[in-house]
Amino acid sequence: MLASLIIVFREVLEAGLIVGIVLAATKGVAGRGRWVTLGIVGGITGSCVVAAFADGISALFADTGQELFNAGVLLVAVAMLAWHNAWMAQHGRELACDMKAVGRAVSSGETSLAALAVVIGVAVLREGSEVVLFLTGILASDDGGFATVVAGGLGGMALGALVSVLLYAGLLQIPTRHLFATTTWLLTLLAAGMAATATNFLAQAGILMAGGTVLWDTSGMLRDNSLIGQALHILVGYTDRPTAAQLAAYLAVVAGILLLTRWASRGNTPTNGPRMVSPAE
Amino acid sequence: MRRIQPLAAACALALFGATLATAAPARADDAPVTIVIKDHKFQPAEVKIPANKRVTLLVDNQDATSEEFESGEMKVEKIVGGRKQIKVMVGPLKPGRYPFFGEFHEATAQGAVIAE
Repeated sequence: MLASLIIVFREVLEAGLIVGIVLAATKGVAGRGRWVTLGIVGGITGSCVVAAFADGISALFADTGQELFNAGVLLVAVAMLAWHNAWMAQHGRELACDMKAVGRAVSSGETSLAALAVVIGVAVLREGSEVVLFLTGILASDDGGFATVVAGGLGGMALGALVSVLLYAGLLQIPTRHLFATTTWLLTLLAAGMAATATNFLAQAGILMAGGTVLWDTSGMLRDNSLIGQALHILVGYTDRPTAAQLAAYLAVVAGILLLTRWASRGNTPTNGPRMVSPAE
Repeated sequence: MRRIQPLAAACALALFGATLATAAPARADDAPVTIVIKDHKFQPAEVKIPANKRVTLLVDNQDATSEEFESGEMKVEKIVGGRKQIKVMVGPLKPGRYPFFGEFHEATAQGAVIAE
């Protein structure tokens, strides 16, 4: 029973951490609770669907369906995170300086929230489908049982939720004027780590043949599959044996998002004086 | 109008990444190395593969339940359905021992690839 709880927890840890960051990143934006809930519920529903069709998905594209699916949803999440950060670069100043201004940004804020809901949904979907397959496997075997599935499933999810709450509470200790800068960086590194993971799936599928050489090995200090290693892997993309392709994807996404946010904030506000709302918005 | 632009740029960024990935050449042609899963154990528990080249592993799950074939050392992670087979590409690996395991039955499902 404990073993199943630990496995479920490790799978939901990723979603738990991402929910925590997203909640902090959207502090003060109206309607965020609805979008976050939508992302989680959508992800869980999607998990069941993906698990039900797992064999079918796996058989697609000359048996590389599973890898392409994983890489695909990860890259969607990367795009959504990039878009959110660009939006924050345009509107973040309003959020940080003047909470009353948030009302003005709500309509466009909804689009940004939708993007983050997709990111949460994708995180839940990817790991959730594995949880569903694992738990249905226990249900099907003789030694397992309904109690194990319920305890493991609910207990694991409760621990995942606890992680969200703790990370959120921790991030809220940061003063508001620094909070959005911090969460923007966290979301950028999250995106970069996701892109690096996506290259792994493409390499495993035999689609990406180059850059498979491992550049360095820090598994002696911190292993990927330790709890801290796994948490850092999700948060900042830590990996103990990065390949050349992973590093390239990581750096490309960090650079890409930095350029994108700089470009999005260009012409946003004059450095002095109150911001004029242009009719184009 | 200006609000659309970041979204378009974000999509362009994702497309750029996808293009990079798919621009690579096709797969290796060597015969795959087979690992069977039976009663939540790997048979053989140790397989030898050539070092410093891309190798395809074929995982044949003869159990009725799903398994997740996983190895941090080889950077693979793939679900194998009950009574299904999957292929994963690994490497190029430096000579050495690379453990793998079945995440859904970690107590018994342990094995390793020896690259030499």
